[in-house]
Amino acid sequence: MASNSQNPSTDAAKDDATTTAEEEGFNKPQNEEARPDPLDLPDTLELEETFKVYRGGTISHEELDFDTEKLLEMYRNMLLQRRFEERSLQMYRKQKISGFLHLYIGQEAVSTGSVQSINIGEDSVITAYRDHGIALAMGMDTNACMAELFGKKDGCSKGKGGSMHFFDREKRMFGGHGIVGQHIPVGVGIAFAHKYKQDGGVCLTFLGDGAVGQGALHEASNLAGLYDLPVVLVIENNQYAMGTAVHRAFADTDLCKQAVPYGMPASVVDGMDVFSVTKAMREHVEMARNNQPSLVEIRTYRYQGHSVSDPANYRTKDELEKKKSEDAIIRLKSYLIDNDLSSNDELDEIDEEVKQEVLDAIEFSDNSPLPDLEAIYDDVYVQEDYPFLA
Amino acid sequence: MAELQFREAIRAAMTEEMERDEDIFLIGEEVAEYDGAYKVSQGMLDQFGPKRVIDTPISENGFAGLGIGAAMNGLRPIVEFMTFNFSFVAFDQLLNNVAKIRYMSGGQFSFPIVFRGPNGAAGQLAATHNTSVESFYAHIPGLKVVSPSTPEDGKGLLKAAIRDDDPVVFLESERMYGLKGEVSDEDDFILPLGKAHIVQEGDAVTIVANGKDYYIALEVADRLSEDGYQAEVIDPRTIRPMDFDTIIESIKKTNRCVVIDESNPFASISSEIAFQIQERAFDYLDAPVKRVTAKDVPAPYAKNLMDYYMPQADDAYEACRQVMYV
Repeated sequence: MASNSQNPSTDAAKDDATTTAEEEGFNKPQNEEARPDPLDLPDTLELEETFKVYRGGTISHEELDFDTEKLLEMYRNMLLQRRFEERSLQMYRKQKISGFLHLYIGQEAVSTGSVQSINIGEDSVITAYRDHGIALAMGMDTNACMAELFGKKDGCSKGKGGSMHFFDREKRMFGGHGIVGQHIPVGVGIAFAHKYKQDGGVCLTFLGDGAVGQGALHEASNLAGLYDLPVVLVIENNQYAMGTAVHRAFADTDLCKQAVPYGMPASVVDGMDVFSVTKAMREHVEMARNNQPSLVEIRTYRYQGHSVSDPANYRTKDELEKKKSEDAIIRLKSYLIDNDLSSNDELDEIDEEVKQEVLDAIEFSDNSPLPDLEAIYDDVYVQEDYPFLA
Repeated sequence: MAELQFREAIRAAMTEEMERDEDIFLIGEEVAEYDGAYKVSQGMLDQFGPKRVIDTPISENGFAGLGIGAAMNGLRPIVEFMTFNFSFVAFDQLLNNVAKIRYMSGGQFSFPIVFRGPNGAAGQLAATHNTSVESFYAHIPGLKVVSPSTPEDGKGLLKAAIRDDDPVVFLESERMYGLKGEVSDEDDFILPLGKAHIVQEGDAVTIVANGKDYYIALEVADRLSEDGYQAEVIDPRTIRPMDFDTIIESIKKTNRCVVIDESNPFASISSEIAFQIQERAFDYLDAPVKRVTAKDVPAPYAKNLMDYYMPQADDAYEACRQVMYV
């Protein structure tokens, strides 16, 4: 296909892949000779499943081939997400930001660790409404992200999407989606197109623990398993769907087991350790490169309420403080200092840089104009003569 | 000119476009091995192979969303709903994803995708299998909605829909798949979206109808002709964007209008047409706009009730005579 020649990764991916769309298509054969007679029943049907666990504090940076420069970049990236959101909360209280604001604070190791597993610009990412963290982790422009929260013309979605709808076509960030679970089939479709085009790309499809209750996950998982699609379904289990704890929503709280009926390998990860996340996601992305869809449950914690209007009365202060003591940013900081890879001074300097970057983004957003009123009809259709009703 | 069944014309449109562009694929329930629930895609698996003609499980939300993601990532999917009655389990995909992501992303993504399949009443199937969906989808900014009436229109409009860079809901009919008609064999025959068809010119009354109702309109026009009145029959072809200009110009000539609409009447396409006429041609009207629609109830099963439920030629004929005061 003509489109292949545009992407340098295509040929390598094709060689590695166990099945390609070209060879086998997507349909399972109609009359598979090996198909067992479903009425030829054994005495019992056995189910044996083992889920790999990536515990925190068990993986070193050497094991992941991270040099000091890379570690500092990751530290900076996690901190950028944290400071960006702290400031956006402040700006919300100053009424510079309106609507919903779902903060990601506490979960930064998930986004930063996950992007270590993909090639940004070639692989794809789609997520739900708590999307600031992954957007910044992928290198989306800090100014454009803050301006979007401000509802300004220079926002990453021109001020038409807001907090829940960050997009960046160039980086292959496919959104920011507000209806719980309904973006999961879309993520599977993005992966489908990677396989169809044989461009070697994979799609990370993030969802919250709340989305596990949606039928869309069932349908999308089945299609991914049926068509052998290059997708990693990543459940960011931050333990509360709005105010409902996982044990109050699911009959089985090991959400990774959702993969079993679809023939997908699954694992569980300590999401408060960026190294554990990186290692797990790399292994799962490798599966996706071989057209093996899989599921990762990353257990993490959000420090803020569901949105800024939520005082989070459904959990205790003790629980929150305990989780904060496992903070992923502090963990990486301690690791860097304990292993003589950096110093308090150097890390403080990074913090100052990041704080300034966020302040600059606020200034940029303050100065960015509001969208033109005429722009309200832009971007509804590709066809340009909208509104059709004169 | 070749005489084709409606299903063959739809198949010809898909086949020609898929031969032209490798990024187009067909996905849906029973489209491949079974040759299509209504044999629309018959033979396409053999021609294009299992990469491009793809069977799905019964998962409308899943495969509609899959198509949307594939479109977002550069492909041009044709998603077949076995019938549009089943599209509502995927309604969120059409309402919130395919129609809105472009807007919410500030125009970064486009969705060149067609959702097609039969729409509306198909006989004694009772309430869940007889829904006319056009007003549900035409309500949504970001979608285009097309409803062809003849095999030739089906081919020309579907080719346009497949080439369109916006998402198109393309409404066919179980009752019309077997219908035969002359289809242009002009190379690459295409009918533009958003342009109505003046099927027959007249000055006595304007009748607006599409899909199955188009045939009622033609029958009524014949009866009026026998009475000595020339009706102007307009087939909108595209529901959204609708070519109101053509309808308004016609009203200025005939000063009266009857809309035949298979949907339930409340908040329907015929309501919108009547509103546009009163707003843009109020001074030209010699009579209130009349509608002939399905009854405002769920579709019943019993044959006499179902017949009574549907818009009837007799009622349309009477409506025309009423607005003409004859």
